[in-house]
Amino acid sequence: MPFGRKPNEFPSHLWTQCPSCNEMLFNKQLARNLNVCTKCEHHFRLGARERIDLLVDKGSFHEHDAALTSGDPLGFTDSKPYPERIAAAQTKSGEKDAIITGEATIGDNPVILAVMDFEFMGGSMGAVVGEKITRAAERALAERRALVIVSASGGARMQEGTIALMQMAKILGALARLDQARLPYVSVITDPTTGGVLASYASLGDVIVAEPGALVRFSGERVTSGTVGEKLPTGFGRAEFLLERGFIDQIVPRPQLRERIGFFLTAFRAASQDLRWSL
Amino acid sequence: MEPLTVSMLDRITGTKRTVEGNGHLPVDANLITEPAQLASRATPWEAVQAARNIQRPHTLDIIGRVFDRFHELHGDRGFRDDPAIVGGIADLDGRPVVVVGEQKGASTEENIARNFGMPHPEGYRKAMRLYRLAEKFHLPLITFIDTPGAYPGPEGEERGQAEAIAQSILLMARLQTPIIVVILGEGGSGGALALGVGDVVLALQNAIYSVISPEGCAAILWRSPAEAERAAKAMRISGPDLLELGVVDALIPEPAGGAHTDHAATAAAIRTALAAQLAKLERVPAADLMSARYERFRAFGALDEPGAAPPPPPPDSWWRRIVKRASS
Repeated sequence: MPFGRKPNEFPSHLWTQCPSCNEMLFNKQLARNLNVCTKCEHHFRLGARERIDLLVDKGSFHEHDAALTSGDPLGFTDSKPYPERIAAAQTKSGEKDAIITGEATIGDNPVILAVMDFEFMGGSMGAVVGEKITRAAERALAERRALVIVSASGGARMQEGTIALMQMAKILGALARLDQARLPYVSVITDPTTGGVLASYASLGDVIVAEPGALVRFSGERVTSGTVGEKLPTGFGRAEFLLERGFIDQIVPRPQLRERIGFFLTAFRAASQDLRWSL
Repeated sequence: MEPLTVSMLDRITGTKRTVEGNGHLPVDANLITEPAQLASRATPWEAVQAARNIQRPHTLDIIGRVFDRFHELHGDRGFRDDPAIVGGIADLDGRPVVVVGEQKGASTEENIARNFGMPHPEGYRKAMRLYRLAEKFHLPLITFIDTPGAYPGPEGEERGQAEAIAQSILLMARLQTPIIVVILGEGGSGGALALGVGDVVLALQNAIYSVISPEGCAAILWRSPAEAERAAKAMRISGPDLLELGVVDALIPEPAGGAHTDHAATAAAIRTALAAQLAKLERVPAADLMSARYERFRAFGALDEPGAAPPPPPPDSWWRRIVKRASS
């Protein structure tokens, strides 16, 4: 908050303060700028629907498996039953679960697209996320399309226990087949991507790109600091750190994502259409 | 994907086509495939204590007792030899196999040397090197899981803990050789699943397998690690729970009093189970094995989809699936 101003001068439905440069941003202007700070280019998180709009060729997206919702494999209850948590998240977000999948074109390349939504229970991966990504990969294989997954997740969904863990093996089984068929898979890592999502599909793209400043790490900060008993250096576990360590290919600012993904898909397209070489 | 036929079933099971009353192929007498077969059921928290007991037989102890010979192979060929994962070539009744397992210590000193069974990325990369070796020379792969989880420290992050786990899971999913997984003690999340994608997944009776430690779950959902006992129950991480969920295909019974009371008897039970499962798996053609493994993991998930066909039933052991498909 700039010095000398009272908080109520910036009502939150009109203004947002950039956590990086403290600039007060007019919400409409922020949305027009794809949720990127107009002053310092800090990338705010983006909902899945907005993300799809910015990634695909205009009007090309058709959603798949939109009715799929979560069961309650464990009969899980903490302070309230898991089905109630799901229902609350659905009411709050208007979505059925933490992912939207469908077909689209990106730079005229036919793709199957899966976009996670961190707003829905922290983007946690349960059976719905697992099933929708697996179906997406199977559909990409059947229709010989490329697969693009945009990750934003705290990891596996605890309320589904080992069933959530098994989704990692389920998805990677399908990705293995996609790989064997020489179909391209582009992984897009956004803020934050951690835990079991990073330890499965997010880390396995033929090309892996990340948005600037995205938190990308296997363990939560408290777990890591607790283990070493000291504070970690700034920037540890951010996308830039992973680029330096060799685990992602590029950091791509949001406005350039569609064009960049399209470039790679076009480059890979000839091989994926050439059935002589498919395994 | 080619559906399995009755003739394939004949090829796979030989003359043993007699189906028992419960509709399953005869299972090995020493394995528990229904929770009702258990004389008594430990509480989830008792299972957690048993799985973490420092006196429990650990991977090298089991390997030494189960296999006739074992020669360890070291290193990931890139960074170093991770002592939290061991592996090598072993001999089971004259049949060479590749063995990979997570290694805890039986004392504090040993645990420090073994990093408490928490592998670094190079440990998983060593495991992957051995997985590829198994595939290349058509050797069955046997893995032993016993870890609180992958090491979560900054060195792990720096060297790509998540990438190493992801690649391991992917490789196991596509590895063209039979894989048997045995969970000995703690199955800690992704760090366990990196050794856990198999055609048959077995667990010792008191082993646990969990997406997050009960303490971690309690800290997040109940905001108190003291609620770990409740978390362990809610997450259904004990052997009988895992059997009901289909996460494991069968439990290997432990001696009365637990595996820590009699390492030799525990190893003998594991040896019997491995020999029987291996004999079955080796008769399955590679393509059938690959599609059965895909479907085993493909089936996980409780889903609700209005207007769609009813969801598939929970996953069965591979031989049960073969019987069902052959008879339908």
